[in-house]
Order: sequence, then C-alpha cells, then structure tokens
Amino acid sequence: MFDVLVIGAGHAGCEAASAAARRGARVGLVTFRAEDIGQMSCNPSIGGVGKGHLVRELDVFDGLMARAADRSAIHRRMLNRSKGPAVQGPRFQADRKLYRSAMTTLVRESGVELVVAEALELVTKGGKVVGLRTDAGLLECRSLVIATGTFLDARIFVGDEIREGGRRGEQSSIRLGKQVRELGLAQGRLKTGTPPRLDGRTIDWSRLERQPSDDDEWTMSALDDGVRVPQLACAIARTNETTHDIIRSAFDRSPLFAGAIEGRGPRYCPSIEDKVRRFADRSSHQIFLEPEGLDDRLVYPNGVSTSLPADVQRDFLRSVEGLERVELVRSGYAVEYEFVDPRRLGSSLESREIGGLFLAGQINGTTGYEEAAAQGLVAGLNAASHALGLEAVGFDRRGSYIGVMIDDLTLQGVSEPYRMMTARAEYRLALRADNATSRLGERAISAACIGERRRRQIVDHLERRACSTWNSTEEGQADLLYAPYLERQRREWDTVRRDVRVTIPSDLDFAAIAGISNEMAERLDAARPETLDQASRIRGVTPAALSALYVAACRRAA
Amino acid sequence: MSTDTIYALSSGRPPAAVSIIRVSGARAHDAGRILAGSLPEARHAALRTLRSEDGGVLDDALILRFDGPASSTGEDSVEFQCHGGRAVVDAVLGALKRIDGLRLAQPGEFTRRAFENGRIDLTEAEGLADLIEAETESQRKTALAMAEGGLKHQVERWQQQILQLSARVEAAIDYAEEDDVGFDQELVADCQSLAHELETWLERPRIEPLRDGVRVVVAGPPNAGKSSLINAIAGEERAIVTDVPGTTRDHIEVPFSLEGVPVLLTDTAGLRESEELVERIGVARARSLVEGADVVVWLGEPKDAPDHPRVIKVHPRADLLGRETAPDGVQPVSSVTGQGLAVLLERMLHLAASVLPGEDAIALNRRQAGHMAEAFDALFAASASQDFVLAAENIRSARTAFDRLTGRAGMDDVLDALFGRFCLGK
Repeated sequence: MFDVLVIGAGHAGCEAASAAARRGARVGLVTFRAEDIGQMSCNPSIGGVGKGHLVRELDVFDGLMARAADRSAIHRRMLNRSKGPAVQGPRFQADRKLYRSAMTTLVRESGVELVVAEALELVTKGGKVVGLRTDAGLLECRSLVIATGTFLDARIFVGDEIREGGRRGEQSSIRLGKQVRELGLAQGRLKTGTPPRLDGRTIDWSRLERQPSDDDEWTMSALDDGVRVPQLACAIARTNETTHDIIRSAFDRSPLFAGAIEGRGPRYCPSIEDKVRRFADRSSHQIFLEPEGLDDRLVYPNGVSTSLPADVQRDFLRSVEGLERVELVRSGYAVEYEFVDPRRLGSSLESREIGGLFLAGQINGTTGYEEAAAQGLVAGLNAASHALGLEAVGFDRRGSYIGVMIDDLTLQGVSEPYRMMTARAEYRLALRADNATSRLGERAISAACIGERRRRQIVDHLERRACSTWNSTEEGQADLLYAPYLERQRREWDTVRRDVRVTIPSDLDFAAIAGISNEMAERLDAARPETLDQASRIRGVTPAALSALYVAACRRAA
Repeated sequence: MSTDTIYALSSGRPPAAVSIIRVSGARAHDAGRILAGSLPEARHAALRTLRSEDGGVLDDALILRFDGPASSTGEDSVEFQCHGGRAVVDAVLGALKRIDGLRLAQPGEFTRRAFENGRIDLTEAEGLADLIEAETESQRKTALAMAEGGLKHQVERWQQQILQLSARVEAAIDYAEEDDVGFDQELVADCQSLAHELETWLERPRIEPLRDGVRVVVAGPPNAGKSSLINAIAGEERAIVTDVPGTTRDHIEVPFSLEGVPVLLTDTAGLRESEELVERIGVARARSLVEGADVVVWLGEPKDAPDHPRVIKVHPRADLLGRETAPDGVQPVSSVTGQGLAVLLERMLHLAASVLPGEDAIALNRRQAGHMAEAFDALFAASASQDFVLAAENIRSARTAFDRLTGRAGMDDVLDALFGRFCLGK
C-alpha cells in the first residue's frame, strides 16, 4: 500500500513524488521507462523571467529542479539585469544528459520507489481514489497524482504525417486518457511545438553573434552543491526574407493552417510559420542556437518551432546566414494533446469530484518545465496531506508566483497553454527571484517538507534579515528600492483581504441565488470560487452578480 | 460583522420641528443610558431629559429603544427624537461623539448594516437608493443620463489606451530575451499625453453644483450686511439680522433658483479675529466655506477680498450717507432700496453658470473625479520614471483606478459606491 502514487516521471511527477516523500509519505513513481526521469522534451533550458521565479520558490521547499539545474548548467544568464531586481530572471542552459542524471539521483535520494509500468486505470471507491491498475498489476494508494504531461491521447504532426504518441518514439496513454474523459475531467485540446534539432558540427559558428555565459557566478538553488560544469556559448542567428518566402510557399503543407490541428497553441511562443504569417512586416526573426550538452552534437534552434514537412524545415534553415550547410538530426513537430479543465481542481490541485486524485503539470493546460514542476510541488505536498492527514499547504497570489499560477489555473482555467509571466503577478514588486527564501522560508519549515541543510539555510537567512547590515545586502537594497510601492500594495491588499474573509460554501447553488443570471451562475459554477475575492477575479462576472453572491454567502454564514 | 457603534442625524437638515438621531451597534443602548439616564422597554417610546457628561441639559427628547436583531439594522439601536434646532442637534451629536466606541456613520451605513444583517436584500437596498436619487433627478434632467453613457465610452477609451501602455511595458519586461531595447521614450511621452488629457478633464465643471446647487458664499467682516443682503435676495427673513456684530456665528444656507440655476446661498460668520470661542469657530468655518465655494460674494474692503477664482466684490449699504460712491470694479448694492441687486444677481448667474457643466457635456461626480485623479497621479509618476518596473507598476495603478471607477474592483468598494449613494443616516 502506497500513501501516494505519481504517474509520470517528468518535471511535475518528479517534484510531486519527492515532495510527498519529504513529508514522510511512502511514494511510488510510475513511469513507462526508468530512463525518462527528468527528461527535457523540448528546450534544454530552465528559468527565465517569471519561470526563474517559480524555480527559486520551488527551491525553498527543497524542490529538485534548481539543484539539478545547478549540477548541469552549461550556460547561465540573468535576464533583465538592467530593469530592476523585481523582474530579473535567472535562466540556465542545461546539459540534457547531466540534468537527467542529476534528477534521477535526487529522486532516488528522496526515497521515492520507482515503478516501471504502464498506468492503465484509476480505481476509485465511494468517490475516492483507492488504487491504480497497471500492466504490472494493481497498486493500492491513498492519493494519486496524474502528471502525464502531453501523454494523454497525444498526436504528433510533421507536415501531413500524423502519429499517436507524446514525445517522439513513446507511447501515448490512450486508455488512461479515455478514463479521464469518462470522469468528465477533460476539457479540450491544446497544441505545442518543438523545433528541429541541428547537428552543431554543420553550423558556421564564426559567422554568428556569440552569446557568452554570465561572468559572475550565481546559482539557481540557495543550496550550492558546489558542482561546476564547463560553460559553453550560445549564438544568435537571424531569419531573412528568403527564409520567410520558403516558409510562406509551404503554408499549404502546414497541418496548422490546413486545419488538421484543432488545438490552440500559445500566442507567446508561436511556431515560425505563425510568426511569418502574423507578423508579415517583420523582415527577420531571431534564432537562439543552444547547445544541448557538453558531449552532444545536438543544437536546439530556439525560435523556430515548426510542424512544416521535414524538407521545408531543412530548406528554410539553410537560407539563414551561418546555417547554409546545416544538417537536421531530427525534424521539428507539433503535438496536439488533451488537457483537463483546471477549474475542476481545488487550490491544492485535488479534483473536486474524486477525493485523493491530484493533477499536475502540462495536463492542466500549462506549458514549460518550471510551471509543471511548481504544480508538482503543490500536488505532492497536498497528496501527502490527504494520505497522512497532514495540514494542507496553500499558496496565495500575494506571496508567490506559485500562488499566482494556481489561482489563475483553478479560477480562470486556460484557453491557450499557460506560461508564467511577471505581468500575471499584481504583487510583482514583492515577488522577486532574489527574495524567495525571505518570502516562503517560514512556510517551507512549517510544511515539514525540507531537509536539515535547507532548514539551516532558511533560519540563517531570516536571521541575517534581522541584522542591521541587511540594508547593505543586494536583497536589502532591493527591499528599500520598492518599499514605498510595497506599502501602497499592502494597503490595496488589505482591501482585497476583506473579500478573502467572505468564504463561499462549496455546496452553494449559484443558480438558486436571486439576482444571479444563468450565465453568471455557469461562470461561477465552472470556477467554484472559494472566497468572494476569487469570485471577483473570475473573468466576466459582473459587480451585480458579486453583490448578490456576497449577500448569499453572508446569509449562509449568519 | 461591524464592531463600531454608529450614529447620525437621520432626518433632514435642521432647523426643523423634530430631528431624529439614530444610534446603532453594540454600544447603542449604553449610549442611550449615558445621555438619557435610562431606557424604555424595547419597542417603546419614553420622554427623557438628555444631559451631557457634565450634567448640562441638552434637550427633552422622545427616546425609542430597539433590541437586535429585531431592529431596522439588525443591531441594538436607539432613536432620539429631539427638538429640531441646529444647536440642539449639534449638542446631542457632540455628546454622542464623546462616548467611547461611537463614531459618526458613513453615508448609507445604516442601510448597509441592515443589508449585511439580512434585514433587507440588495434589490431593496438598490430600490431605496434609486428612490432617494429620484428626488434630485428632475434637477439633473435627461441630459445627464446621456452624459453618463458618454462618460462610460470615454472611460472605455482611456482603459484601452492604458491597457496598450501596460502591454508595451510588460512586453519589454517579460520578453527580455528578444532584441533588448532601452527604455521606451515614446512610452514616457504617451503616458504624459494621457495624463494631460485626464488633467483637463479634472478641471472641467463637476456635477455636484448642478445636483446640489452652486455654492455662493457671502462673506465679509462682521456687520458688513451679509445677512441683510441674503434676506434681500431670498426675499424673506431667513438669516437672523441684528445690528450686533457677530450675530451669525454659524452659517445659514438658503437654497433658491436663479433663472433655473440651482443656487445654495450661504451666509457666514463675519471674518474677524475674535476672543470668543464660539465665534472663533464660526470664523474658522467661514474661511473653509469660502475655500470650498463656487462663487464668493465679498462685502468687505476690496483689498481684503479672499483669493478665489470667482469673487464678486460688493460695496454694501450704498443707500447710506457717505457710501454713495463705490470704488472701481466694485458693485454698489443696497439691501434697503434694492439698488444694484439686479446687476449683482446677473453677475452671480454668469459666474454660477460657468461652474455648471454644459447642457450636453459629460460631467464627473466627486467619486469619479477622485478615481481619475488617482489615475492621473499614477500616469504622471509613470512618465517621470526611468525604471521599467516602476513605470509598469504605476501604469497598473492607473488601470486599477479606472477599474474602481467602473466598479470592477473589490466587493467592498462596489458596496461602498452603492451605499454611498444614500444620504447620511437614511
């Protein structure tokens, strides 16, 4: 009998499993193949603006991602250096193999038991999860975390070629997907894409703009394991009009435009064919050439995600200066996959319908390793709560990007793959990548999910904050810079908090409230806000509906 | 839900035959006992002598007691029906103010408590608000309803512009890896021009003078003939006129219609340095009334006239021997003979009309102007900032100010806006 079972050993699954284990749960991590642990299926980079914030927050709770990144970083950049500490984003280029092995080591060290099997079917009893049927037999559990990424009924597109499967060469969990659909959890289909992989030996690096790694040493994790890997440079190439002409002439062979793909892709991470079509006036787009590893000839051309046919991919890349003789090792492709409406989940990422069932990662409509990993943390911590009767661990918008994401997902749902951006955080000035320990340290300690080394680091940090020399530290300086604005935000927050205190009973029938239209009742019912504050942030809910809801909630409380 | 005990005058503005003062909240009964000695049974009335804390008699009043939740607010409450003189009402309100845990009610707060305690529902509350507003609706006419639609469209346009500004600065922050650009100087200019536009709107005539009357304040040294002039204009003995200087210790308001323009003519205490406390308070109030006036009618020496954009200098008592000639630019008036009154009224009308919104112009009310002023401040700060993130923060602030303006904000703000429509204590 497992306390917690996690399906999927990607970024969400690894964090979920290890977080639950750190809280003392007996955890099984179910995956098709042991080699898949911590696989970076797309861009081998971690962090960035907003995303880097998530990783630093995850790190405070002893999450694995930051430490695995530090052990495998071959290129580091602190983005937005000139724009102020609140929006500086640490970003890493990882050696794909080193990252995978670092993650495998960390997962094993956390005491998680690896179960190599195909997950076939959830087993529920009385509205609660009791186990998972796999091709290796039935596994009993108290909590179950589904972290299968795009693997629910995914289809791959390269030109007019269509295949079943998540990542290339892997199976797609069709049976599990069917069951999730039957439980009424699935919402629709989303699309994501990946660029082709280039052979670095066929790139003329000398003709490209070099992008070196940062000189100063900084780490993603507050716990420096002391591992240093040689640093590589990236390079920037640029598309030109010829490139765009080649792409344009192949629009009719694109599954995106031919209508084969129905899922919606992220607006902020469009495919190159999308960019060429939508921004026809731009004469050039950047391509960031990112080496995938120290002893790896593969280069990831960031910025040219595509599902055009393989020959077109090769032709347009070869029109780019410096890439005239480039060889494609693998073609780029688009993946269309099914996702779950995250509004069906509570703020602990537990399903509202089935007790003990948690969902985390890309399956909830997000994109990106960091978003997935942070959800894994939330689901893992709370799956352990559910299994062991521990206190739930919640995150709010004011205190963390994790809170912003969970709130956005479970309240607003998604209509395109959700990616973290600092613009999503209204308390951005307080939520910096450099003050994650200050913000969340005490929470991490009280959640009892951290090791002794981490606990000491947090306690030390908080003690340093109390010292008179604090103001001369970098973090202290940033505190001072934003202090007047934070004071104003604090006052705004006080207003919000009055609404936070008005809780909405989970069984409140919105349709039965006088003054709430059918449309409003539907919106509210889809999001099931837990407080009046949440209700006020649901898109399209009118002030009149809120007033009526406020009355109803107060009456119930009275 | 609310912990404070609140009080307010809930009948019309004194003087009146009877004034009703209500107290609601946990300490309402204590307050009643402090003033009246003892309270009648619940839902009964009794005559009591109200006394201040030093034992001085305030008034003989009818007092009613209600026990929550069976009261209109759902809380313990007490109602005093006093004599309706200003001094009496002020004295009773003053005595209540000095009781610990009591504070003056916010506009609409009694209704709000009734609503929060489930005594009335929102539709009733809104109905009540509409009913109260309807009384002044005739004054505003249909032009204003149109004007409100106009404001809505205008605000939507501003919101779109601010959203665009936000998008530009946010893109620069969240897309750090794309071609890195320096600070967007155009953004600064665009923030500035929008701030400037809001500023010109803020300088426009507001809706309050049209709704509540243009505030014409008559001011001058003691015994300059202010009250006589008001009586002459209003045509009846509204103000107390004696020849003892300093008679008008507080102010008196006379609403009247000047060729269809609603005017609130205000008499003030004479502006002079005084030893006497009550008079000194009157003088201080007069000064603040002059500051808040739409138009000032000044009866003193022309050189002493207050610094105000719209002041009419008057040479009073032009009928008296030796006062026949007025200095240049000063209007000679006699309240006795009526000399110069017509000209004075014409000038008053002219100035009053200038503070009223035009017939088809969009006029802001105080609440709207307040939120717009916040947006203006924020945009101005954004245009002065050389820091991306702080500029973004200020633009966001401007955005939320507009959200509050249109009602998409915290629940409490929405309810405040709704219940703020009520007159105090209704």
